[in-house]
Amino acid sequence: MGVVLNVNGKVHELDVEPDAPLLWVLRDELGLTGTKFGCGIAACGACTVHIDGEARRSCVTEVATVAGARIVTIEGLSAEGTTPVQQAWIAHQVPQCGYCQSGMVMAVSALLARNPAPSDAELRKAVTNICRCGTYPRICAAVQQLAAEKS
Amino acid sequence: MAPRRMVLLGGLSATGALVVGYALWPSGRLEHANRLASRPGERFVANWIKIADDDTLTVVIPHCDMGTGIFTSLPQMAAEELDADWTKVRSETAPPDPLFANGALGEGFILSGYDIYPENIPAFLRGTVANSFRTIAEFMDLQVTGGSSAIRATGVYGIRIAAAAAREMLVKAAATRWTVPQRLCITRNSRVIHPESGQSFRYGELAREASALDLSSHPKLKPRSQYTIVGKPVARFDIPSKVNGTTIYGIDVQRPGMLYAAIRIAPVFGGKLVSVDTHAAESRRGVEKVIRLDDAIVVVADRFWRARDAVAALDPVFGDGGHGGVASSNIAGRRLAALNGELKSDVKTGSGRDALAGGRLIESAYQVPYLAHATMEPMNATAHFVDGKLEVWSGTQDGLGSRVQCAKTAGLPLDKVAFHLMPMGGGFGRRLPGSFNFLDYAVRTAMAVPGKPVKLIFTREQDMQHDYYRPNVMSRFMATLDHDGSPSAWVNEYTTDDSANPEAHILYDIPNQAIDVAKVKTHVPTGPWRSVESSWHGFFIESFIDELAHLAGADPMAYRLKLLAQKPRHAAVLALAADKAGWHNPLPAGRGRGVAIVECFKTIVCHVAEVTIGTDGRLKVDRVVSVVDAGMAVNPDGLRAQIEGAILFGLSAALFGEITIDKGAVMQSSFPDYPVVRLADVPDIEIHLIESDAPLGGGGEPGTPPVAPAVTNAIFAATGMRLRDLPIANHTLSMQRQSAG
Repeated sequence: MGVVLNVNGKVHELDVEPDAPLLWVLRDELGLTGTKFGCGIAACGACTVHIDGEARRSCVTEVATVAGARIVTIEGLSAEGTTPVQQAWIAHQVPQCGYCQSGMVMAVSALLARNPAPSDAELRKAVTNICRCGTYPRICAAVQQLAAEKS
Repeated sequence: MAPRRMVLLGGLSATGALVVGYALWPSGRLEHANRLASRPGERFVANWIKIADDDTLTVVIPHCDMGTGIFTSLPQMAAEELDADWTKVRSETAPPDPLFANGALGEGFILSGYDIYPENIPAFLRGTVANSFRTIAEFMDLQVTGGSSAIRATGVYGIRIAAAAAREMLVKAAATRWTVPQRLCITRNSRVIHPESGQSFRYGELAREASALDLSSHPKLKPRSQYTIVGKPVARFDIPSKVNGTTIYGIDVQRPGMLYAAIRIAPVFGGKLVSVDTHAAESRRGVEKVIRLDDAIVVVADRFWRARDAVAALDPVFGDGGHGGVASSNIAGRRLAALNGELKSDVKTGSGRDALAGGRLIESAYQVPYLAHATMEPMNATAHFVDGKLEVWSGTQDGLGSRVQCAKTAGLPLDKVAFHLMPMGGGFGRRLPGSFNFLDYAVRTAMAVPGKPVKLIFTREQDMQHDYYRPNVMSRFMATLDHDGSPSAWVNEYTTDDSANPEAHILYDIPNQAIDVAKVKTHVPTGPWRSVESSWHGFFIESFIDELAHLAGADPMAYRLKLLAQKPRHAAVLALAADKAGWHNPLPAGRGRGVAIVECFKTIVCHVAEVTIGTDGRLKVDRVVSVVDAGMAVNPDGLRAQIEGAILFGLSAALFGEITIDKGAVMQSSFPDYPVVRLADVPDIEIHLIESDAPLGGGGEPGTPPVAPAVTNAIFAATGMRLRDLPIANHTLSMQRQSAG
């Protein structure tokens, strides 16, 4: 008995409780520590991953609910190395402590996948992740650059 | 045997004189450094400076990386003096060994006029190494990152000098090989060149010989006019691994056979564990052990979520340590009573408070609540106690101090304790010595499960309810204005939970001043919070001076400028802010503009905030224009990032930040009841850096203090409402009649 998860294209059969939080299964069972714990109640977004392409907060996602879904973490965001979002993050020198940035990159990547050229207002509404270092102005600048390249 | 080498710690003092401090390197110390922190093919040439055979220059940083960029800007300072090829420069964290204590920090504070007595120790260092350091020697046994000190102390008084000395040693080694005078050699791009003959050596070819030479006692430092690396925006080394999830923070440490621990600490500070029925936890899947500590219960399990859920399933009974009746409201009453009692005089100029009799009296009281740090990475540490030795991994703001603390908690000698300083998800003062509860609990947990590494993680709720808070304090001002509206008397009576705060001293030229202090201590633990005392005195002073300006019928900008006429740097900062913010451009009804200026850790910052108050009372901070004089910026893009971050950190506190106490315990538990700024709340931020001739100031903290008063002064300009306590969210904003003038 267990739960079968498809994470970053790999299938894992795991002996965990069905209601185990995806965040901790990723971190403690699979060693994928790029996804971060921030609050445990879906309030901060540090744990954001993609479930079938949608940004989801893994700390409140019970593993049984995503069995069979396509789960992507920061480690699996791209097979070809640094994505345009990550490149823009480097170009704009976005991170400070960097702890929230996995979640930020995942949240922004999911937004851009459905809306490649979001307005600043759309970005601010869609991405509610918390950054305590205050990297938000650079996140806006980086996304505006990505949007400009698309439109 | 006589000391073989000596490293200089020195630099230019504020007055321009060459100040030199010495840190002796006893014989064998270089070898010790190499044993601790060198790989094959590289060696230390001077303190903090390693040069490898392939020319790689590695700067060994005696600080932590909490995201401020010092792991790039300190190497810039070294590379500058060494004329290094920037593409060959790296940095790494110094081991938590006394050899790498950042004594330069102590030197820096001594040189900048602090006397090292306990009452004069800056607050961010208080509590360090068990409150015991009374001597410079002890003071230097630290690796603290705080007080915005890395650049202006370690960099200016340490790394820069060592790099200049290393450069001279490389030149000497080359000149000796060529048998030419050193003065005919130049350095460029990590090479020593003899232009006359056209010969050159790479640094990597010279490093071994150079490292055997005595350091020059007075290395020549470059003047700022010759800088080519310092002062240029460079890409930070740490960023690529922070966008792809590969940076390993403290919470990410993995050890073979590692267990996980979750904790519930007595909710009332000082309370003890009375009783607990552990059965409910012990029968759960994965639970290895339930540990009763004197003031907490810990569950150790094979996975974190199992430990977390098991500890939540317990129903422990905790005592309240006699503090169960304490609430924020009665703390406020105690503060007021203290201010009405006997005060200790800190500053008296002119005829002090007697001058209040000479004119119209203005009186205002201000207060701020407790604040949590709420770092994104909750507090955690991994500890492994085996065969009488302890090994600990954690992100803290003092690696050596952490090691000392862990040894003390474990009752082990220092040489039985290893500490691995990890990158951390935010510090803001939370991880300084004196605030190490997470290390203590992790060590005590590990001692209870010997042989097994265990990672203790605070849940967000435990993190928020067992912080060391920015203190809850108040200030009561009195002033009188003379015939032209200038303040003739300034009286500030304030509470502190510590000693007198130099940050209460004012920049403004006011002839009669009395600044008096009342100490109010509660059971709530307090600690440094980004910009420390400046974070509240900045709000108090810059709000009250704004009140005086309006009462005098003066423009708040012009009023400040007049009172800063004798301080040209401050006046220049204000003037540029007025210009860039369009201070004199009128705003429509419902909008307002406010100014505040604070000097913090030797950096002067002025913010002009623009706000809109909707007809529904909703506040929007539209724009913050910031002018910063930090002397110069080592990495201007890095300094801008710090100011942006400091503004938003201060804005979170101004708008929403409040920790309240009820029945002796913290009422807030996570981001829903302790909100912080998100993307939707972020104003347009515009930063202007001024390069002055002043010594370098701090970068990480000075942007925070002027935020709250700039915003509340803007609210006053828009509405006529003077907010004298924070957060702003506690106030219902509406249009009041504008005050006279």
